[in-house]
Amino acid sequence: MNVTSTKLDQPLDHLFHPVDRSQLADQTLAYTSVPMWKDKIRKLVRNKLAVIGLALLLLIMLLAAIGPSLLPHSPSAQSLTQTNLPPSAEHWFGTDDLGRDVWARTWAGARISLLIGFAAAAIDLIIGIIVGGISGYMAGRSRFGDRIDSILMRIVEILYSIPYLLVIILLLVVMKPGILTMIVALSITGWVGMARVVRGQMLLLKQQEYVLAASKLGTSHAKIIFKHLLPNAAGIIIVNLTFTIPAAIFSESFLSFLGLGVQAPIASWGTMANDSLGVILSGQWWRLFFPGFMISLTMFAFNAFGDGLQDVLDPRSHQ
Amino acid sequence: MPKPILEVQELHKHFHTAADQVVKSVDGISLTIQPGETLGLVGESGSGKSTLGKTVVGLLEPTSGKVVFHGQNIATARGSQKRELNRNMQMIFQDPHASLNPRFRVGDIIAEGIDAYRLARGQARRDRVAELLERVGLHPDHAARYPHEFSGGQRQRIGIARALAVKPQFIVADEPISALDVSIQAQIVNLLKDLQQEEGLSYLFIAHDLAMVKHISDRIGVMYLGKMMELADRDSLFMEPLHPYTKALLSAVPASNPSAKRLRERIVLHGDPPSPLSPPVGCPFHARCPAATEICVRYIPEGKEVRPNHWVACHLF
Ligand SMILES: Nc1ncnc2c1ncn2[C@@H]1O[C@H](COP(=O)(O)OP(=O)(O)O)[C@@H](O)[C@H]1O
Ligand SMILES: [Mg+2]
Repeated sequence: MNVTSTKLDQPLDHLFHPVDRSQLADQTLAYTSVPMWKDKIRKLVRNKLAVIGLALLLLIMLLAAIGPSLLPHSPSAQSLTQTNLPPSAEHWFGTDDLGRDVWARTWAGARISLLIGFAAAAIDLIIGIIVGGISGYMAGRSRFGDRIDSILMRIVEILYSIPYLLVIILLLVVMKPGILTMIVALSITGWVGMARVVRGQMLLLKQQEYVLAASKLGTSHAKIIFKHLLPNAAGIIIVNLTFTIPAAIFSESFLSFLGLGVQAPIASWGTMANDSLGVILSGQWWRLFFPGFMISLTMFAFNAFGDGLQDVLDPRSHQ
Repeated sequence: MPKPILEVQELHKHFHTAADQVVKSVDGISLTIQPGETLGLVGESGSGKSTLGKTVVGLLEPTSGKVVFHGQNIATARGSQKRELNRNMQMIFQDPHASLNPRFRVGDIIAEGIDAYRLARGQARRDRVAELLERVGLHPDHAARYPHEFSGGQRQRIGIARALAVKPQFIVADEPISALDVSIQAQIVNLLKDLQQEEGLSYLFIAHDLAMVKHISDRIGVMYLGKMMELADRDSLFMEPLHPYTKALLSAVPASNPSAKRLRERIVLHGDPPSPLSPPVGCPFHARCPAATEICVRYIPEGKEVRPNHWVACHLF
């Protein structure tokens, strides 16, 4: 075996001679062990903006849950003697032209906004993972796989080019305006973004050598998808959610503001802003300010948290 | 001559790119590997070594040509036969960081094939994992650790244990030492040799330079732009290289011995290999070849057995 080692003398040759068993071992751990999730939480906490974003989100959710019960006013109770009052100790955010408490209505509206935001995002997530996952996993596998991928991606492209405003107008022909209609409208076009993200991750991850190794070792498709691909795509999927949820919330406000979304008397930040349009000139600033401020604050909180999360969870952002 | 464990016949693997161009990553390769033998495969980056390796073990479907394992065409095998073929041909990967799932414990990484083929469960599975860890020079306690706690060389050992777990007969090692420090490279090569002797394994051992395959290979093939330029016994390739490309690669291997130095003049290759998207007409190497003539520009040289077991694809012979 070592004939040529002597014939062709080389600087490294001595390293390649047979060695005894003990030298074949390499048993000292190279790095001390910090669980990956602990390391990630540590990184996230170091990012001030992300922590502020998360704190604001938790606060908004808490107030959506308990806000209305902090004052003895119901969001829908009208009082003709209490109309158009500015903020005071009794009505923290003032009252509107029907004498309804703006504080209570703001947090009742937050419930609607958060409900629609999370519901639409959850539907996007499920459809996006299924379609993007199938598309990305099948692509390049066989002629049949490529066919499936290109059909699904054609559908995604078509939906991507349709504005949701058009979808909701068409939907309103067959459905009554309201929460369900809005969730359906936002989901019909909203999932394509998630599907693209998931497909991209699948294409990237399935080329990874640990996935090739798994398939070489006879691991089933289901196990490869659920144990190798999706868990390693989870970070980027979660980051994407922190951008799709606020987008859905904003769309809800916008549609309700236009009168295409949640209908009176249900409170929503969009309907409250719309109601106040006529009175803002007469000085009742609180009617527009509070719902408008909450929309902005929610957008800011999600984006700040999402950016921080992206730094931690998306490996691409480290390079 | 004994029956080869692996025969690759006129294998082609072409990729279609987005712009509707065709990349002939593997362009008509034939080779055989005997039981217990190591065939070293070298070539610059992009010459199609990984594509060949993946096609041979069945991770990629060939565009045309055949891979025959123990006399059986792997493309036509079905059912349990196919699973058995798959189990017997394993692969060790280049990147010790990308080849282990960061979310799995080492024990589960190594047992992946054991689970998939239901070779053992419970205590038997744990015992087998411990045995494999020791076999590759790691500690049984390492089963509970995560890949990020290990060095590159240790991770490569984990990858080797994972492949060994299903008791293969043939392993494609795709640049298993290219990403490692020189001293670690020797350790891994020694480990692979040791395992080969004990388990009777056959290897297709891929590297991008000749120094890396020298110590483990019985025969060596030199690839360039998807084609095999020269294929010979290790000793005759090192002592009497025929192809100008092999000579150029060999002149880059450092020689400390003055007589060996005198024997080899240094040949420096200019430029990069041509793009596989627009390979040159004629011999793929002609643009960089110091000995190229008119015929090299026009015709692709055929592989010829110019000496017993020494094949070369060059118009000079
Ligand atoms: N999945 C793929 N799709 C398109 N082209 C590919 C693919 N895999 C490899 N190639 C191309 O095939 C050629 C050979 O690649 P590879 O086999 O990785 O070479 P090596 O391992 O020798 O560096 C390269 O030009 C590469 O770009
Ligand atoms: Mg390669």
